[in-house]
Amino acid sequence: MTESATVVQAVEATNAAGDVGEARSLGADAWRALRKKPLFWVSLVLITIFVLMAIWPSLFTNTDPDNAVLRQARERPNANAWFGRDIQGYDIYSRVVYGARASILVGVLTTTFTVLLGGAIGTLAAYAGGWVDALVSRVTDIFFAIPLLLGAILFMAATQPRGKPYFVIILLVVTAISILGWPSLARLMRSSVMQVLPNDYVQAARALGASPWRIIRKHIIPNAMGPLIVVSTINLGAYIAAEATLSFLGIGLQPPVISWGVSISDAIVGLRTTPHMLAFPSLFLSLTVLAFIMLGDAIRDAFDPKTR
Amino acid sequence: MTTTTQPGIRPANATGKITYTPVDGRLLDVEDLHVEFHTDDGIAKAINGVSFTLDQGESLAILGESGSGKSVTAQAIMGILDMPPAKIPHGAVKYCGVDLLTMPDDRRRWVRGAEIAMIFQDALSSLNPVFPVGWQIAEMFRQHRGMNKSDAQAQAVRLMERVAIPAAKERVKAYPHQFSGGMRQRIMIAMAIALDPAVLIADEPTTALDVTVQAQIMSLLQELQQERQMGLILITHDLGVVADVADRSVVMYAGRLVETANVYDLYRNPAHPYTRGLLESIPRLDQKGQTLAAIGGLPPNLLRIPPGCAFNPRCRMAKDVCRVDLPALREVASGRHSACHFAEEVIDA
Repeated sequence: MTESATVVQAVEATNAAGDVGEARSLGADAWRALRKKPLFWVSLVLITIFVLMAIWPSLFTNTDPDNAVLRQARERPNANAWFGRDIQGYDIYSRVVYGARASILVGVLTTTFTVLLGGAIGTLAAYAGGWVDALVSRVTDIFFAIPLLLGAILFMAATQPRGKPYFVIILLVVTAISILGWPSLARLMRSSVMQVLPNDYVQAARALGASPWRIIRKHIIPNAMGPLIVVSTINLGAYIAAEATLSFLGIGLQPPVISWGVSISDAIVGLRTTPHMLAFPSLFLSLTVLAFIMLGDAIRDAFDPKTR
Repeated sequence: MTTTTQPGIRPANATGKITYTPVDGRLLDVEDLHVEFHTDDGIAKAINGVSFTLDQGESLAILGESGSGKSVTAQAIMGILDMPPAKIPHGAVKYCGVDLLTMPDDRRRWVRGAEIAMIFQDALSSLNPVFPVGWQIAEMFRQHRGMNKSDAQAQAVRLMERVAIPAAKERVKAYPHQFSGGMRQRIMIAMAIALDPAVLIADEPTTALDVTVQAQIMSLLQELQQERQMGLILITHDLGVVADVADRSVVMYAGRLVETANVYDLYRNPAHPYTRGLLESIPRLDQKGQTLAAIGGLPPNLLRIPPGCAFNPRCRMAKDVCRVDLPALREVASGRHSACHFAEEVIDA
């Protein structure tokens, strides 16, 4: 009751309704629902570990990822090198830990950009309708015609990332994938906004004097964002994989930059002799993707009152 | 409502917004309203010159079957028609003497909700499923009055108590799907009356509800209307529902008014064959075993409204003149208007 005591004072000033507690917002209710979900906590723990790994890799390992011990190349996992060593004699565990930064940066940044860009453009197209919708939809179609990888290869080749600083290269990769990744999310958001628009509550909000911006923020986006959350978290894995492919083709991140993508592509040559070289980076990549998908699922459920 | 007696617009109240005061108690003045929809097949004339008025504390029923233009009239008054495809080529909707149709958008938005509010047919789909009902009511205060969260929430509870939602304090945090149909409609009513509007439009407020709940909702509306001296517009196809509540009623057919009368006269002695047909098609307990009288045929296609009286293809009394000459709405008895060439005969029949 201590929590409500402060509220009562404020409330009693205006009328006698008394203790009604804090007005809860969608976010607060979603958080309440999230807290009860084991899925959410599992994914949160995993993501926290990966984010820590990305920020302070030295927390997890003392081994220098660039220390090649050629004599021990292709060593199987053992007490000294938990995940074994690769063809160059690098410690795989250490490289997996240090590789988290590039991969997670690419995954999270690309997802953020595509969601913001695709979500905003899709919502605008559906809400405005008419020629705006037609124009946006055709532009989306043009982007759809360009395959993600081919487009990214062209972009990377045109911008010449070789020799540029670390973050610049990462931003270039993020930009390349974002430019080609937003149209699918825009199309998804457009269709789900179109499903929400004819609902009476949108009409009712207009009839009760809500501004267009308020209708979009309070009525359309909360009801239309479910599919976007799910698809974008699944895409996060695909974006990390796309980064890996670009790196593999020699136009994404380049050694000495360490990333899971680079490690996975390096592993291909030794696939038969040193399978652990492929297994561990892939495992971490899969775990990251899984963690984000679980988080996305939990968040989507939490924002839908009927599944609470 | 405002306390000033000065008619027309009163500039700036405490919140810096313009307030409106009815002139001689007249709230709404709909004048020769036309609405058409531009479709691929042509122009559908949904409203063809509708005029009526609404006074303070008066309740007006707009009757008619589906497609007669009742809801479009309400939407035109509210300004929530999608334009395009809709277009208003003629007419005026005057609120306290000020034409809403020519009002700038932001001012009109303020009128919506604060001065003229509306209740929809299906309360489940009229409430946003992802927000608690209390939040949605409180939103009205936050948005229009700039109230802080907890004050607005307290007001929401007060309103929920006013519309007789049991255990309002606990239910304020519940979501729309956790309420029954009747309770949802009460919440919708609470949202609509939140800002003390002068006019409340209820578009088939009880159609989605079962009969016992219908009566409760209607009596709640009537109670609120009398308590707050609102002008109430009830839109319905169900003549039984409005009998107790409405003072005056207008009957619409194919986008025109065909009859206006007080409810008592209308029910006892309709002055238009269409109204007569509507009344005869109400099932009655004391006429067990008889075939229900229905109006034959269908309402006209709004793309091709027949010449003359729009009702003539379905009218039992139609003569040659009805197929050529459009009957004007004329006074047939004191306070009664009918758009029929043979209104006197209909009344006497």
